Amino acid sequence: MIEIKDLHKSYKMGSNSLHVLKGINFSVEEGELVAIMGSSGSGKSTLLNILGMLDGSDSGEYYLDGVPIKDLSEKKAAQYRNKFLGFVFQSFNLINYKSALENVALPLYYQKVGRRERQDKALNYLDRVGLKEWATHLPSELSGGQKQRVAIARAMAAEPKVLLADEPTGALDSKTSYEVMDLIQKINDDGNTILVVTHEKDIAHMCKRIVHLRDGVIVEDTKIEQVRAQEYV
Amino acid sequence: MFNRDRWKEILEVLTSNWFRTVLTAFGVFWGIFILIVLLAAGKGLENGINADFGDIATNTMFMWTRRTTKPYQGLPKDRSFEFQREDVRSIRDNVPNLRFISPRNQLGGFSSGGNNVVRGLNSGAYNVYGDYPEIINQDPMTVTSGRFINYNDINEKRKIAIIGQGVKNDLYEKGEEVLGTYIKIQGVNFLVVGTYKKNSSDGGEEAQKEIFVPFTAFSQAFNRGEDVGWMAITAKDGSSISVLKEKIINVMKKKHKVHPEDNRAIGYFDLYEQYNRVESLFSGIRWIAIIVGTFVLISGIIGVSNIMLIVVKERTKEIGIRRALGESPWSIKKQILMESIFLTIISGMTGIIFGALIIYGINALLDSVGPVDMFLSPSVSVGVVASALTALVVSGLLAGFIPANSAIRVRPIEALRNE
Repeated sequence: MIEIKDLHKSYKMGSNSLHVLKGINFSVEEGELVAIMGSSGSGKSTLLNILGMLDGSDSGEYYLDGVPIKDLSEKKAAQYRNKFLGFVFQSFNLINYKSALENVALPLYYQKVGRRERQDKALNYLDRVGLKEWATHLPSELSGGQKQRVAIARAMAAEPKVLLADEPTGALDSKTSYEVMDLIQKINDDGNTILVVTHEKDIAHMCKRIVHLRDGVIVEDTKIEQVRAQEYV
Repeated sequence: MFNRDRWKEILEVLTSNWFRTVLTAFGVFWGIFILIVLLAAGKGLENGINADFGDIATNTMFMWTRRTTKPYQGLPKDRSFEFQREDVRSIRDNVPNLRFISPRNQLGGFSSGGNNVVRGLNSGAYNVYGDYPEIINQDPMTVTSGRFINYNDINEKRKIAIIGQGVKNDLYEKGEEVLGTYIKIQGVNFLVVGTYKKNSSDGGEEAQKEIFVPFTAFSQAFNRGEDVGWMAITAKDGSSISVLKEKIINVMKKKHKVHPEDNRAIGYFDLYEQYNRVESLFSGIRWIAIIVGTFVLISGIIGVSNIMLIVVKERTKEIGIRRALGESPWSIKKQILMESIFLTIISGMTGIIFGALIIYGINALLDSVGPVDMFLSPSVSVGVVASALTALVVSGLLAGFIPANSAIRVRPIEALRNE
């Protein structure tokens, strides 16, 4: 599903440049649930941004579902993001003047799905994250866990090939964290490919595979026995 | 364009901060409002002055004789002379592009005082003109009953008269038959064959108190011989009397043996020059209105642009989210541009509507208090409103252009940073 070969990325900080990713080789099969771990500054967020086409790489190859991702125009990148990827952020990033339903329907709007169908689909996804009754509420009226669940519903609404989650539990207490992870696991059970960036060990162990990053290189890549979040809820 | 979701969003954004939206809109509103009101005021002034000119053929000059101020060809200075009837032919032969040349003679007015017209027991002092039929084109009037002078009257020197409404009111009882009666002008009987009424507001009452008789009958009755008191000369449309007058005066100087450099022997009044002077004043006023209005409008537009920039800045994160979710840059740009155009058009329309209401109010006021000097029915043309609207769309685009570009310059990754 995802294939990366010898990926490099550096940032210019004034006169000196900071080499963040130093040759990443990495691939993800369909249906995997991968945790990317590492201390801050290890390059995990940068990797996720490149995977998410929010940022470009300096060199290296990146294939997403067999499509080479290289030198995309902004328009093309937007199209690919919409078609291939769903995003979940640490700070939820819901649009605060739109209701939960409208937030979930947004990616569908960009796919030019008809209004009626969009609403039905969005409601369906809200139902799947257990927030059907909250459809008309604004983000400010939801708790952190609820917000993140709306964000996950939004990410899933476009039926992406890969779900990218950047510290999805970073702003939540552990109980809600497990609820969110439970949701992510269930989505994974349905066969969706998911990448989770985290620095929390317990969260990482709820995935099926852990990739450790340190100083811009992968130092460890192991498949693990998944801990079901259900047990902690 | 007519996408329900997009419009919903535009309204959401604009109504999320009412106070700011209204303040921003006010700039554009005020600009258009000032523009409309200034243009209407200019138009009102123009209408007022034009009404004062009345229907008088404006491409016209009047010419009369004075004393010579230079000796010439053995003739002394301070010599007085008169235009002659045959001068009309000389001018016609020598100067092209003249439409009417009307020789005129006059009794009353500035040439003498006292009552000069008598009918039965009534009498009055009126201006009496000896005229050719063409004068009705140069000094327009409406013949309200009977007829005006014709060439048979001229050729047969018929002693007939056309009198004004004012004269009729003075000399006749109410409802009394006018046509076919006689009035005595300086002791000579004239048959009244018509009455007239003038539209032009200049001269007021006086303009209705004139009597027109055939030129030839006038000359004979009052011993003018071939003399002509003054002439009214109108040029054809497309040529200017101001250009031709030099030629006309030169022809007259030559004919009457006036020194070519004697500029005071022939007096004239160039109506066209006066009219043009007023006209250029109006176009000046119009330009001032346009310039002032435009500048006020520009400052309004800068206000819109400024606020849109702030809106974009505030929504940086939102724009980042949208792009992460796959909104195309063009769609974002379109959103900002449409917000800007929508805001400008709405506020501009309000300005136009308010301007129109003010103009309507002033017109209603003018109607109720009666005519005011030099000001009549202020208005703006549909063309002006249409071009103002076009200008609004264009300026809305311009106002949104910089903010829209800065919106799509935002990289999603930067927008989404948590710091």
